[in-house]
Amino acid sequence: MAIEARIPTILRSYTGGEKAVSGNGDTLGELFSDLDSRHEGLRGRLVGEDGSLNRFVNVYLNDEDVRFLGGIETPMSDGDVVTILPAVAGG
Amino acid sequence: MLTLTQELYDAIVAHARRDHPDEACGIIAGPVGSDRAERIVPMLNAERSPTFYRFDSMEQLRVWREMDERDEEPVVVYHSHTATEAYPSRTDVGLAQEPGAHYVLVSTREPDQTEFRSFRILDGEVSEEPIEISG
Repeated sequence: MAIEARIPTILRSYTGGEKAVSGNGDTLGELFSDLDSRHEGLRGRLVGEDGSLNRFVNVYLNDEDVRFLGGIETPMSDGDVVTILPAVAGG
Repeated sequence: MLTLTQELYDAIVAHARRDHPDEACGIIAGPVGSDRAERIVPMLNAERSPTFYRFDSMEQLRVWREMDERDEEPVVVYHSHTATEAYPSRTDVGLAQEPGAHYVLVSTREPDQTEFRSFRILDGEVSEEPIEISG
């Protein structure tokens, strides 16, 4: 078992075009680091230099926005599904 | 070029007018790879602001899942400007993250006349495209 991460179109250049990749970690931050070890550069698009979640990326754990859980510290378990969507925003 | 039916064009304008003076936003979904704008989904502007818009994150998850199930993608991403021209702002360009989408801008600054324009936004580059209204 592992955690499935669903990747949006704009980030599939990091996953060789794959729509979903799998990884491991006890928290969202650990999962991103694990994914980055095989898909280099992905973490940098999701996490800012201060280590917090990029403001214009939405990350969901199963059906919840992780901003309402624990952000980058959100605990994960085997079998969870993480969905990443670019925020749609502007001025 | 963006091809739109008169019905979808009118629906975007009506949504923009309805939410004025706040910015209105939404998408038109279509079959993956088809470039056909077919199904309009007006979205909430979570910012409820006259100068900024952002899709509500939970609504976005629901709508994006629905598109996945139907083998669709966002063919058009639209939003309104309520006091300025229908041209992508610096913020719009900086935050554009759907490389395949037509970005439609509507301006409701004039009460009796609506500007309606379409753009591609790719790697920070804006290019305007013609709009064809079909049937």
